[in-house]
Amino acid sequence: MSHEHNSVEPYGAKDGVDVVSGVPVFPMGEHQLRKADLDPKAAKRAEIQVASMFGISALSILGSIISYIKVPNESLISVPVIGTVNANHVSVGTLFGLGIFLIGAGAIHWAKKLMPDEEVVQERHPLTSEKSERDEVAEIFKRGKAESGISEYKIIRRTLLGALSLFPLPLLVFLRDLGPMPGTRLRETIWEEGIHIVTDATYRKIKAADIQIGGLINAVPENLLEVEHEDENLNERGKASIILVRLDPADIVSQQGEGWDYEGIVAYSKICTHVGCPISLYQQRTHHLLCPCHQSTFDLSDSGNVVFGPAARRMPQLPITVDSEGYLVAKSGFQEPVGPSFWERG
Amino acid sequence: MALSRKHPAVLATVIGVALGTMGAAYAAIDSGTKPKTVMASQTQVEEGKALYLEGCSSCHGLAAQGSEVGPSLIGVGAAAVDFQVSTGRMPLAAPGIQAEPKPSSYDENEIAAMAAYIASLGPGPAIPTAEMLDTTGADLALGGELFRTNCAQCHSVSGRGGALSEGGAAPSLLGSSPKVIYEAMVAGPANMPVFSDSVLPVEDKQAILAYIEELQANKNPGGNGLGRLGPVTEGLFVWVAGLGILLGVAIWIGAKAK
Repeated sequence: MSHEHNSVEPYGAKDGVDVVSGVPVFPMGEHQLRKADLDPKAAKRAEIQVASMFGISALSILGSIISYIKVPNESLISVPVIGTVNANHVSVGTLFGLGIFLIGAGAIHWAKKLMPDEEVVQERHPLTSEKSERDEVAEIFKRGKAESGISEYKIIRRTLLGALSLFPLPLLVFLRDLGPMPGTRLRETIWEEGIHIVTDATYRKIKAADIQIGGLINAVPENLLEVEHEDENLNERGKASIILVRLDPADIVSQQGEGWDYEGIVAYSKICTHVGCPISLYQQRTHHLLCPCHQSTFDLSDSGNVVFGPAARRMPQLPITVDSEGYLVAKSGFQEPVGPSFWERG
Repeated sequence: MALSRKHPAVLATVIGVALGTMGAAYAAIDSGTKPKTVMASQTQVEEGKALYLEGCSSCHGLAAQGSEVGPSLIGVGAAAVDFQVSTGRMPLAAPGIQAEPKPSSYDENEIAAMAAYIASLGPGPAIPTAEMLDTTGADLALGGELFRTNCAQCHSVSGRGGALSEGGAAPSLLGSSPKVIYEAMVAGPANMPVFSDSVLPVEDKQAILAYIEELQANKNPGGNGLGRLGPVTEGLFVWVAGLGILLGVAIWIGAKAK
């Protein structure tokens, strides 16, 4: 067993190929004995090293339990490079991690230094089974077919085929019933004619005169407050959120509809038409609305058209006007579905 | 710029007048009267005009009407001047994508004078008073919500800023004073939209300022935040350091013992 491998051809000896000359990619060379094989002192040293690793591991594990109990959870310490950290977390983590690591490290050190150092070669077996084994399996199959009589019992064979082809059918019915179909909900928001536009988070009505040119307001419909949580308040918020910006009317190149702005104030959906990130990253000088997720950029002075990025559709615009007191209201709901494209949208 | 090329004599005269006025103003201050009024006095406006003509008019025009290289400053208000000049964004060191902050070239009195001059040209947002910047008793939770709704999209939830389009970037807020942040909200510098007091009232701004102060004072107890940029730096760290350590261990396991 010991040094047999030196007589084995390194490679290329199969398939009728004979290596005439060449340098093996991974030359084995002469077997090098380790220090621990030659010097009992080195072996003793390795033994102590392995034992120390296991010993320190045991102490670290115990230490991690003690520091979990003893180190106060509130104390912060400063560790170079890592910064200010919780002393409890760091001590428990370091000691427990060290404990686990040293068990593995000790085992590897043990195997490398002290366990038998052999180089062995094993021929790879062919993947196919022996011919006799394959014939045996074919024989079993044939015998099974004959004994079951599947060729003779015509009615059994046909009913079995029928049963097998029908059993996946219920899955289709179950899967179809996983939830109600979205219906028209993807096309509709709670915006309607006359709904007040209110600030997000503080829900205050907005006077048109209060918005300066270059101003940005994150807004929602006032009737969002009437939608209960159980009635999908978050979904409605997700669809109905808008941003209001005031442009110099002279800067407006185009809009999605005639007179959809109010004295330069335009309202656009806040939901990116690519994959639906909420975006209000509005740059007032360029009138660009940038989505930080995939860098789709919309020009709010030009119908919300896409000027850059993966979004395939313009940002839907909400037609707005003011009520008798000068507060901003929706002139109608959105005229096209907001948010990312969906299959049936066409 | 075009002006200085065409009429070097005009520029020399302007500088001469400016220096003369400045000298006179300094003499007035040195004489011991120390006029410490909050209201912009006529002298302050005069002094500001002189400083404006010297340092700003080459781009913004002799009457602050703007030019091809600089916007009009009529109606931008004192807040815009204080923001731009006290953070060193103006005067611009070099034309670029956006003005970069640097140590200011003017002292407090000079900035106040220039702000008074620009404010005298047309109504605009004023420099916030100490009372407006007082965050004691502000609603921190509301501030957090307003910050995430109105500010985080550009300045990131940690307030460290972020990228904009065409090479621009929103600056970090962690080194900014409440006054400068307030001024930026009402003035809307560069690509930042305007959040005027009429739509984001003073109490809301105070809540936001309180929240930003909380972000600034955050001790970051989780250790090195790696810039708090999220998956980019954290992923890079894990791939380089984490995978590096695993590779090192794998090499050690595979190495032949001696």
